[in-house]
Amino acid sequence: MLTVLFSSPDDPPSTIARWSRQQPINFVADATKELGGTSDTAEYGPPYNHNGEGQHAAFLYPQKWLGVSHPIDTTNDFVIGPLSTIPADPALRSAVAEYKAASEARKKAWGEAYAKPLEEYETASEEGKTPPSAVSTDPATGAVIVKASGAGPVPALMSGLLGLAQSGGLDGDLLTSKQFFQTDYTKPLLFMADGGLLDERAEAQHLLGEQWGMMNETGSYPGQAWLWLYALWYQVEPFKASENADILVMLVMGVLSLVFICIPFIPVVNRLPRWIPIYRLIWREHYRAGRGA
Amino acid sequence: MSAASPPTAPSSKSWTVRTRERVVEALPPEKLLPDGQPTYVASWIYVFGVASIAALIVIVASGSILALKGPAWWHYTGVGHFFNSIHLWGVELFFFVMVVHLWGKFWMAAWRGGRARVWITGAITFLVAVPTALPGYVSQQNFDAQWIATQAKDGINAVGVGAFFNVTNFGQMYSWHVLLLPVAVVLLVGAHVLLVRRHGVVPPFTIDDRKAALASSSAAAASPAPPDGSSSPPTSTGTRS
Repeated sequence: MLTVLFSSPDDPPSTIARWSRQQPINFVADATKELGGTSDTAEYGPPYNHNGEGQHAAFLYPQKWLGVSHPIDTTNDFVIGPLSTIPADPALRSAVAEYKAASEARKKAWGEAYAKPLEEYETASEEGKTPPSAVSTDPATGAVIVKASGAGPVPALMSGLLGLAQSGGLDGDLLTSKQFFQTDYTKPLLFMADGGLLDERAEAQHLLGEQWGMMNETGSYPGQAWLWLYALWYQVEPFKASENADILVMLVMGVLSLVFICIPFIPVVNRLPRWIPIYRLIWREHYRAGRGA
Repeated sequence: MSAASPPTAPSSKSWTVRTRERVVEALPPEKLLPDGQPTYVASWIYVFGVASIAALIVIVASGSILALKGPAWWHYTGVGHFFNSIHLWGVELFFFVMVVHLWGKFWMAAWRGGRARVWITGAITFLVAVPTALPGYVSQQNFDAQWIATQAKDGINAVGVGAFFNVTNFGQMYSWHVLLLPVAVVLLVGAHVLLVRRHGVVPPFTIDDRKAALASSSAAAASPAPPDGSSSPPTSTGTRS
């Protein structure tokens, strides 16, 4: 009956193509961070890279101990690699070569020069202020124009990547590996998660962390209500503000799970059912019939 | 052909005989498939254990159909969407009735009388069912799956599990969801039910001593006391219907 009355949700997935068309400036801002190695994924640490230690609790560093199992180099995997697949574009090929040949310091300077007006634009948009004129879009072509001096080949790289993304090519490029059949969506998902489209859709669907996160489901469906206790910890201190919230919450839930399993052996807790006589309600017919003595 | 010789008794029991004897000793047929239950089982709370198993059967059946038709089927056919909805609501009901069942068993202190393993297998079943549902959510191939995967990865990566349980890898999550974890849940439920059969349903608490004393003193006023002056032992509540 629930099936007939309520069906089940099926909101279409986001794609990089859709994101880059709907929010080209946000896409370019994120791609610039991927190129410069300053995005969330780039600085994540294990299991994606060695650019961070990951979360820890006291002396426990399980994220670090298990190592890098799904290596991701955002500069090459998300930007340079896909751009290298675009044929017959000498200017782009030259820009890629120039970037690859530059020193790390030079790359960083280029990236920061290009990222600064984009960050100012994003901040102004989030705060509802008038965005700076240094960043604009061309409605006819969907291209993003960033007035940034000293950015070297980065504008050319970003222009090429935006075009590839808007054509749908980047969705495929991020899945490409040695096999024809693909099932691992780690790279495109992490690339999109670094940007703003998933967050925007999630907020509209009450799915953000402060809205009890993944426990909810799109639409007005009950979702994973059994995760209420897990989601609860993220709403309270000290977990809420902790940089290690995830491991702390997981450890708390691990301890509580152990307690749950061991209830028969825990003094006081295993006597609660005797002291709080809810059993009289459960077996009321039995006691009413006078068989409880 | 020679005449058949009479069977000779084996000098030592084979492992099959030993296993059979041990199984029959632990779970004789009348315990494994009883034809009656104690009268105190006539309570609404017992419905939720059976309802949990019924919901699990619905989940496995609808999930099997979805798996046979492939993970994309339910997105483009009405029949597929219908079975996906059955699967979803089966899961919602499974968790709901299982939680009520667990609370009921807690307030009954259902671990009494050597039944701790019954409680433990039930608790572990609940804890394993949670990560069984999660890869189902991230295998939906829609926005829900994308969002849940990108959010769940942080908790799972934080404890190192992400190294071999990658929620953003659809193929891996689909395997965990349709085979590995459901097998674990079904085996745990099977063990749980067999333990219930072996140990029987936990009996009610006897009423507290003070009331028992009051009841026995009232009875003593109405009828002659036993020759030794002791109160009667609690009557058996295990009468079979």
